[in-house]
Amino acid sequence: MLKYTEDHEWLKLDGDIATVGITAHATELLGDIVFVQLPEVGAKLAKGDGAAVVESVKAASDVFSPLAGEVVEVNEAIVDDPAVVNADPQGAGWFFKLRLEDAKSMDGLMDEAAYKTLTQ
Amino acid sequence: MDRPNLKTTPLHALHVELGARMTAFAGYDMPVQYSLGVLKEHLHARAAAGLFDISHMGQIALRAKSGDGRDASRALERLVAVDMIGLAPGRLRYAFFTNVLGGIHDDLMVGNWGDHLVLVVNAARKEADEAHLRAQLGDECDVEQLDRALIALQGPEAEAALALLAPECTSMRFMDARTLTLMGAECIVMRSGYTGEDGFEISIPADFAGEIAEELIANPCVAPIGLGARDSLRLEAGLCLYGSDIDESTTPVEAGLSWAMQKVRRRRGAREGNFPGAEIILGQLEHGALRYRVGLRPEGRAPVRASAPIFAAEDAGVQIGKVTSGCFGPSFNAPIAMGYLPTALAVPGTTVFAELRGKRLPVGVAPLPFIESKYKRG
Repeated sequence: MLKYTEDHEWLKLDGDIATVGITAHATELLGDIVFVQLPEVGAKLAKGDGAAVVESVKAASDVFSPLAGEVVEVNEAIVDDPAVVNADPQGAGWFFKLRLEDAKSMDGLMDEAAYKTLTQ
Repeated sequence: MDRPNLKTTPLHALHVELGARMTAFAGYDMPVQYSLGVLKEHLHARAAAGLFDISHMGQIALRAKSGDGRDASRALERLVAVDMIGLAPGRLRYAFFTNVLGGIHDDLMVGNWGDHLVLVVNAARKEADEAHLRAQLGDECDVEQLDRALIALQGPEAEAALALLAPECTSMRFMDARTLTLMGAECIVMRSGYTGEDGFEISIPADFAGEIAEELIANPCVAPIGLGARDSLRLEAGLCLYGSDIDESTTPVEAGLSWAMQKVRRRRGAREGNFPGAEIILGQLEHGALRYRVGLRPEGRAPVRASAPIFAAEDAGVQIGKVTSGCFGPSFNAPIAMGYLPTALAVPGTTVFAELRGKRLPVGVAPLPFIESKYKRG
């Protein structure tokens, strides 16, 4: 199941683990990404907590935790090479994986069609 | 999409046609980046050639009412801490207007055209500079804002690209200024720039600007470059941005710009002082300033940006300086910055700490420029 947030994040659910990243639209808005700071593995995040930081050439942007959960894995590859986020934001450019407190909370997020409408 | 109330340069339609992402800058609707993006535009300018629209900047003609160009130079010396009388026709010089506290009112390039001078000033200061010139020199000189486009062509391939339009440019040295005809238009060509690369800045009658710009970017070596890359290029070259690294509160000595003050304007020079704040500036030249602009290299990859506070130690309580410019340096694949530090710490190799998102990050003091210049001298 693929869902989206108004802050231009995507989530892909597999059991109770959601992979989180930023959308292609977000990377277009940001421009070239030069730095990523990821959360600590084990961090417990509430919905809306600052989870990661993305710096583009011109400015810094916060990535918020879209749902409540515990960080179980982070993608070190994008720390070493932030350009991967621009190249493949919804694949290899994933940010972190969250064990969701409540998998059903995904239902409250936008689906692909709704996100497309938002970003038109 | 036009933004209301913003001025446009003669190249505005071209930026829009090229799909540039636009932003407001100094009251103008200007391109931040084109389709290549900031990083690639920056690297392209260093590897080949970049074309920049800088028409928002001020071009001010200063003409002595006497008709004698030397009177204009003499008059201008009352406002700048630099030798203007010794600037030969056909040559350019970097200068700065000073204020009574020894601070910098604006930095500029002055070109000598024989019977008049042309001053190229920062966009955000051009009205203030015109007013300053009129107020101080209006009795002796006519001051006129020139309504012309201004472009920069910078990079190792800049000469070859410009030579296709004006072959005579190949005999110009760094800081030469000439009138050359490009596609039938009389242009002012200056071998100067704001990137550290070899290149030219070209003043064009507004009506010809689009045609000349299009001809230059039709060359596969030349890419259009926006303000985003312009900023990272100049920062790598260690060049100041007025309003960030230099302003009314920074003296040329603190800013590391005293190299631009020729001996003749210093103590015991034939035309010592006689510019605003001279006593303070000459005093600092003799006794040293309390702080200096330095290069900074943050550890790690996180960019440290303007206004970040700097501390002497990780747990120090007192802020000792601040970052005045900072960005990601594409040529280094690492962040770079500039700021002011107290003299004792303004020494390359020193480690200080910048505060970033609530944490103290080690930052190394580095010599400027970060990248060596490639000017075509002699």
